[in-house]
Amino acid sequence: MTPIVHALLLLIQKHFLNYLLTNKLKNKRKNMFKVIKRMTSFVAMVAMLFAFTTETMAAKKSKTLKNTQKKGFVRCGVSQGLPGFSNADASGNWTGIDVDLCRAVAAAVLGDANKVKFTPLSAKERFTALTSGEIDILSRNTTWTLSRDADIGLTFVGVNFYDGQGFMVRKSSGITSTSQFKNGISACTNIGTTTELNMRDFFNSRGISYEPVAFEKADEVVAAYDSGRCDTYTTDKSGLAAQRTKMKNPDEHMVLPETISKEPLGPVVRQGDSVWEDIVRWSLNVMIEAEEYGITSSNADSMKTNDNPAIKRLVGAEGELGAAFGLDNDWSLRIIKQVGNYGESYKRNIADTGILPDRGPNQLWTKGGILYVPPAR
Amino acid sequence: MNNKIKRILPQLLTVLFVVLIFGFFTLNAQVNMDNRGIDFGFGFLTQEASFDMQFTLLDYDGQDSYLWAYVVALLNTLLVSFLGIIFCSVLGVIIGVARLSNNFLIKNSAAWYVEFFRNIPLLLQIFFWYYAALRALPLPENAEPWFGVTYMTIKGYFIPAMIWENLNIFVYCLLASLISIIFIRNYAKKLQEKEGKQLPLLYISLAILLIVPGLSFLAGGVTLNFEIPVLKQLSATSYTYDGGVGLPPELIALVLALSLYTSTFVAECVRAGIQGISKGQKEAAASVGLTKNQILKLVIMPQALRIIIPPTTNQYLNLTKNSSLAAAIAYPDLVLVFAGTAMMQTGKAIEIVGITMLTYLSISLFIAALMNWYNKRIEIKEK
Repeated sequence: MTPIVHALLLLIQKHFLNYLLTNKLKNKRKNMFKVIKRMTSFVAMVAMLFAFTTETMAAKKSKTLKNTQKKGFVRCGVSQGLPGFSNADASGNWTGIDVDLCRAVAAAVLGDANKVKFTPLSAKERFTALTSGEIDILSRNTTWTLSRDADIGLTFVGVNFYDGQGFMVRKSSGITSTSQFKNGISACTNIGTTTELNMRDFFNSRGISYEPVAFEKADEVVAAYDSGRCDTYTTDKSGLAAQRTKMKNPDEHMVLPETISKEPLGPVVRQGDSVWEDIVRWSLNVMIEAEEYGITSSNADSMKTNDNPAIKRLVGAEGELGAAFGLDNDWSLRIIKQVGNYGESYKRNIADTGILPDRGPNQLWTKGGILYVPPAR
Repeated sequence: MNNKIKRILPQLLTVLFVVLIFGFFTLNAQVNMDNRGIDFGFGFLTQEASFDMQFTLLDYDGQDSYLWAYVVALLNTLLVSFLGIIFCSVLGVIIGVARLSNNFLIKNSAAWYVEFFRNIPLLLQIFFWYYAALRALPLPENAEPWFGVTYMTIKGYFIPAMIWENLNIFVYCLLASLISIIFIRNYAKKLQEKEGKQLPLLYISLAILLIVPGLSFLAGGVTLNFEIPVLKQLSATSYTYDGGVGLPPELIALVLALSLYTSTFVAECVRAGIQGISKGQKEAAASVGLTKNQILKLVIMPQALRIIIPPTTNQYLNLTKNSSLAAAIAYPDLVLVFAGTAMMQTGKAIEIVGITMLTYLSISLFIAALMNWYNKRIEIKEK
């Protein structure tokens, strides 16, 4: 009920404002007429509002989904350039596993994986951009934590990369383990990240005094570390591996073996639109489950006649899975055909680019990893 | 009656309009925050900040509250503004006077300096100093000492730390000498008005300022030792300096860029102020037998200051607000730490941006009030 009351208040306010603004210009008699006219239209609008709310409630359509379909593109927030996750090439084409998730949602709700508008965001800007409605999905190697999920109007929908924080040092420094860190070490990192907090926990628990140098943009951090301003560079290990490729001499640097934190990275949506939340969650789940069942972008069509009902459901040949979100039944088939399954996305973006050839925990649970998603049925 | 309504009604409507606009924005924010399950409140200020800062003037640790982080970050902002204002004033006066010099070289280099530094965007200048100039400095292990005991390196400028004993006694002595100087000045003024005698005020003031605090060393048990920075090896190839005080390169770059940029505007204010005094004033003063120094001190400067102060106040305010560009080069100022990290960790965007805006407003109003007070003091007092 409260949203309706608020909307009503807003409407009254808007009308009153309009009335005041135009009042000064017109003479009295015309005004009386106008007031009556406005009041009738106001009553009509209130009536419409009630009718409208009950109608949309029943259709169970999400506001975000409706807006997206009206605009014709998915508004997706990504990083300012992290190879393997979200990175734009010289001609402005975005690639990466975070990018692929947005493409998957576009394929599901709009039918075309290319209908995505990417907004590069700094770590500091990302949540405000999402809560203020500038973007509809935040797919920007963002760590899922309790306070972020519960506190600031966000909902994490899943994990598309299991990561952990690590340290990078110069090979020439002779440091091969974090246990060799000494008092006075300076560490470069990004502001507004979990990294900043983990770093403190790490150094404090070991009683090492350190100089934190925190920049707003990842490129600035890399430049500062590369020039010798800092002795070590700390962020998520995948980020370290990716940023290493951007250094002047990548071979001169190494990532230390220790992992000091859990960093489950995943897409985020605004709180309060559960249908949209479900669409994004299941777009990711479909990609992972497709890999589990061996459905790829090239064999998806032929899988329609497969004997396994789980596979048939994923390619839209059985069941009515899309109806729950207000989508057609081929939504998941489009994701697999246009974007590919999780394994294809990983290989294309992270393994083949030499960032992290070994999938580590980001392997399917059936193959020794921890990727395990609820069944799509 | 009708006239009265005509007079008041538009004003009333304007006020109502402004109130409604504010009301609308507040309600709009409330509705949207409600929908997204975001709470409004300042309770977060007492929570543990749990992030560290690179450079602080007071003791700060991640266990302290967000409120303390705010105070410490604010001090960092004030430090940059303070240093910037001092340096830009000194430099501005020198350049401004140089522009009026009769020497061709001095005059033209000053003019070039002004045109060069005031026409390049400030952010670019900050980037230049930080990413180009200071990055070209040597690594700690290769640094040559400056003045024997200080080291300028890519990791910052390392200077000896002062270790005081009985610092409070020294401070009391300093305060006492300052107060006595004020008394002596008042006495000298009276003496001059009554008997026409002039005391050598400058020498007396300097002597008091040196002798009284100096005595505290001899008799008050005050000692001052210096801790000299020593090269320390962190690993096979990385070094830093231990002991002493390290001024981070971020602070140096910011102060450099801010003071060089703002000094050009101050220089123009100074030039305008001096040129605004008519030649006749100087000639008249000379004709009553004042010396060159007296002319400058008693005739030219008091009048020129009246022209210089108000526009210079604007420049000081600009410098203070421009110091928020610190966020671009990792200097932990109010914007980077509070409106950056703290906002990110708490998600309280509206509260934190509100507090930050209010803070800058207060700093600016304070500086403006200070300068207005000074301006009032030096104003022509008509008797």
